[in-house]
Amino acid sequence: MAERERSHTRPRGAVFVPRVQVMTSADVHRAVTRMAHEVAERNRGLQQVTLIGLQTGGVAIARRLAETLAEVEGAAIPVGTLDVAFYRDDIGLRPVLPEAATDISFDLTGKTVVLVDDVLFTGRTIRAALNALGDYGRAQAVELAVMVDRGHRELPIRPDYVGKNLPTRRAEMVDVSDDGVSLGDLVSR
Amino acid sequence: MSPFPPHLLSMDDLGTEEITEVLRVADSFAEVGRRANPKVPTLRGKAVATLFFEDSTRTRMSFETAAKRMSADVLSFAAGSSSVKKGESLRDTVETIEAIGIDSVIIRHASSGVPARVAQWVDHCAVINAGDGCHQHPTQALGDLYTVRQALGGGDPGLSRFEGMQVVIVGDIRHSRVARSQVTAYSAMGAEVTLVAPTTLLPPSLEGWPVSATSQRLDEVLPKADVVSLLRLQSERGSGEFVPTLREYTSDFGLTTRRAAMLHPGAFILHPGPIVRGVEIASDVAELPAALITDQVSNGVAVRMAVLFLLLGQGPFAGADRD
Repeated sequence: MAERERSHTRPRGAVFVPRVQVMTSADVHRAVTRMAHEVAERNRGLQQVTLIGLQTGGVAIARRLAETLAEVEGAAIPVGTLDVAFYRDDIGLRPVLPEAATDISFDLTGKTVVLVDDVLFTGRTIRAALNALGDYGRAQAVELAVMVDRGHRELPIRPDYVGKNLPTRRAEMVDVSDDGVSLGDLVSR
Repeated sequence: MSPFPPHLLSMDDLGTEEITEVLRVADSFAEVGRRANPKVPTLRGKAVATLFFEDSTRTRMSFETAAKRMSADVLSFAAGSSSVKKGESLRDTVETIEAIGIDSVIIRHASSGVPARVAQWVDHCAVINAGDGCHQHPTQALGDLYTVRQALGGGDPGLSRFEGMQVVIVGDIRHSRVARSQVTAYSAMGAEVTLVAPTTLLPPSLEGWPVSATSQRLDEVLPKADVVSLLRLQSERGSGEFVPTLREYTSDFGLTTRRAAMLHPGAFILHPGPIVRGVEIASDVAELPAALITDQVSNGVAVRMAVLFLLLGQGPFAGADRD
């Protein structure tokens, strides 16, 4: 699936055309394994850790992180999903629609929340996510895990766990799926 | 998909895709409503006015709650305490409200067509019909669809079960704006609608109504119904003169305990409210698990949030370049 930052402004009928594959499916798998170990290392015991995947690209990655943490640490980590549409700062400037309903069935107060997304770009989605999280309780700490950090930040936000740092041009598009990570362009049909 | 319309005046403004979109967005707002703090900053800085020229509790409170949960500012206009009393015309009232800088007006009026007329007068204000005369009440029908879809499991699986569903609408169809909106809404989703009413309470002509049948015998229709939607006798619009007595109406068309037992186990009972117990619905029938009347009210808020969001939150490019 393509990154959320752009999915709503995509010209109608435009399609993502991959130019180069930057991570294979196996690379993504290895990156998830490494990030899971980093999360476990930084939050010894994982007692208060919860994973929140951002709709829609971060959800699958959050689930895979939780599976890996269960394997290596034997810890059952609660996983929630978060849609940030109602907290975005570009509502009224361009079409914004929720991707799917948020599902956080536990109180976040006192928890260490690891936000998980597929692509980190301008940082505006994460800004919206931080505001949204506040409505589910006061987390002790919030950390950020992303599969791809593609740069071009517009806000002072940095990730704690990164699958791959990928230099990009602004106009390019990054696609993260089960098949791996590709860099390409949006082409109008 | 086609762009969401600039106003919501009638169910005819929405196609199947737009209805589906409203229901999907309403899922996200229903989640907001379930939180300890059910408020999001989505429409901060937007102002919404409710212009009610006719009595209402649930619709007005529902719209105002919806707007406030999205952090919009709400101005409440009651015709009885406004300059309308001094003789100001509807057009001047609306132009004044628009000049103040309101982003959306939500109108209820006893005359059919008023919201559509108002929509022609405004330049940058989204007009929402909250019930006009005997014409339309689109957000009620959208809330009903949401409630039935939820009762059928929600999401896309719930949505797919509208295809071929048997919907029976019972009561004062002649005077009911809710019925007009419901017929369009259910048939757009693929359901088959049967109208049941005394002939005096059917509209003079059903030309252009997407209904598959009409009947005067509720007992024959009930066993195959998947959804029974009841309507109140609208005494304020003179329905009383169209039936001999209320008791006779109840004995032929009321959903009594005996009749409710004829429904199949998976059927649902809906009523847009206000309900008049003992007339169109027996008091204990309204309390059955199959009766979704309170769900209709709570879902009404989520659906109205979705409508306000789709009208006000999409910006100048609304729909133009959406996927």
